[in-house]
Amino acid sequence: MNTPATIVFVLIFAAVTVLGFLAAGWRRGNLDELHEWGLGGRRFGTVMSWFLLGGDLYTAFTVVAIPALAFGAGALGMYAIPFCIVEFQVIFLVFPLLWRHAKKHGYVTIADFVHARFESRLLALVVALTGILALMPYIALQLVGLEVMIGALGFKTAGLAGDMPLIVAFAILAVYTFKSGLRAPAMIAVVKDVLIYVTIIAAAIIIPSQLGGWEKIFAAVPPAKLLLKPADATGLNGYSAYLSLAIGSALSAVLYPHAATALLASNSGTTVRKNMALLPIYTLLLGFITLLGYMAIASGVKGMPEYADFFKAYGNNFAVPALFLHYFPSWLAGLAFAAIGIGALVPAAIMSIAAANLYTRNIHLPYINPRLSGADETRVSKWMAVFVKIGAVAFIVCLPVTYATELQLLGGVWVIQTLPAVMFGLFSRVLESRGLLAGIVVGLASGTWMVADLQFKGSMYTIHFGSYAVPLYAAIWALALNLVVAFAVSLLVGSSRRSVDGAPLGALAK
Amino acid sequence: METTSRAAGKSRGWYYAFAISWIGILVIPFYNSAEPTLAGFPMFYWYQFALVVVSAVITWIVHVATPQVEDPQSEEAL
Repeated sequence: MNTPATIVFVLIFAAVTVLGFLAAGWRRGNLDELHEWGLGGRRFGTVMSWFLLGGDLYTAFTVVAIPALAFGAGALGMYAIPFCIVEFQVIFLVFPLLWRHAKKHGYVTIADFVHARFESRLLALVVALTGILALMPYIALQLVGLEVMIGALGFKTAGLAGDMPLIVAFAILAVYTFKSGLRAPAMIAVVKDVLIYVTIIAAAIIIPSQLGGWEKIFAAVPPAKLLLKPADATGLNGYSAYLSLAIGSALSAVLYPHAATALLASNSGTTVRKNMALLPIYTLLLGFITLLGYMAIASGVKGMPEYADFFKAYGNNFAVPALFLHYFPSWLAGLAFAAIGIGALVPAAIMSIAAANLYTRNIHLPYINPRLSGADETRVSKWMAVFVKIGAVAFIVCLPVTYATELQLLGGVWVIQTLPAVMFGLFSRVLESRGLLAGIVVGLASGTWMVADLQFKGSMYTIHFGSYAVPLYAAIWALALNLVVAFAVSLLVGSSRRSVDGAPLGALAK
Repeated sequence: METTSRAAGKSRGWYYAFAISWIGILVIPFYNSAEPTLAGFPMFYWYQFALVVVSAVITWIVHVATPQVEDPQSEEAL
């Protein structure tokens, strides 16, 4: 066990726990109302939203998995950059409008909007279920990020005893999220983001100089991995793979329910717009985080005997922790691991709130008990958020980690299928609910089939046009099919009842 | 009142400025190159870092130059 690092780690976690409980009293609101508990009262200004979104969108899993991808696959890992550029600009175009509808009619989830806009609770149900299914493995993967950090401190993470720190961390998280709602991850996000900045700036100063400068770092990357494989006479190769992964993941990221939760918690559409210009500061940070993978290559940590067991246990996900252990003083390594560990708690809390709100608003209210009061809704959501976390812990404790990774792969492919319902709901009246429903079903089925066909090992699906190979992120192929079906069916069933703006949700929950 | 004065001189046409970022991303054959390097970074890497900054500036310009989406409360007040 690494004592100084563990002390720093535990102290930071304790401080964050206190903060999580105190958050309930921050900008006090009636926490028995769903928009207060689940959206922080829609009161976050530009600065708080910046921290909250930073904490929400750049998860522990991102911080561990993206450099791991660069470490193993090279240039492909940089897709994180165009991914963020596209993501923020799409949010800029979409969310101020969604925010406005949500504020006006009291929507808490995207599915609320879809329900009202298309007057179809079935379509809303499918959108909500897709969101929940996509979120579950994502929450579970946050635990994997946390587990790698606990392992890096020198604790055994195998077996039930090894899972105890994870279970305790999530139990505490569940309790203060239950009490404080979205206010808890919002306050904790401030701590997490500051710690992450400290860590990465320290890494960018300390490590390259030890390795002999950036030139040496890039020189250590095998030349074939330093750049993408160019398109040639046989196919588009790395080009289409890179672009489709960046664009597809960006669209998925916009549609993941936890993004909506944090965005709808802003105090205005203008706040959302400002933040899309300010969040790229995190993108620069993520760029450096990605390059930590290259620093890990240059440092040769994988060949060092003291880390051999860890790489065996955690694979390339251990590249960044090994780098920190090797170059940072113990206390700074502890701080870095705490930053990433808390980076798991913030999105896990927001995701569980998002899943719980979807369940309450779009499954429980319309299908199980339409006579819920505001306080009842909040109670259902609070408990659902707890169940979701228990589910995530059970997932990681009982099943191999690879299952969570594979399902997360599927999650992105699934959630992008809700794009037509949201986009056409906002900007066009061309499509109607039955068409969208058929489209989503076809998109989900074909996306799942493609990933299954790849034996859940990846999500790059190659289609051959004659002898020309076009590898694209499966989510994009499936989305294309989804759109074709949505248009075809909408045309067939003809024009529908059209309302530009949705009616208040209460009126629809019949 | 405020919304009318704010909307003055603003045009939705500025949304097309986002196309600069997207074209910047799409031209992979242009930036998928090691040379020229900048401060030790191959072009593939520094170009994308630079594109983040350019895109953020574009986003801010679009934010300032296009009409805001109004708060529903201001409508209710009318």
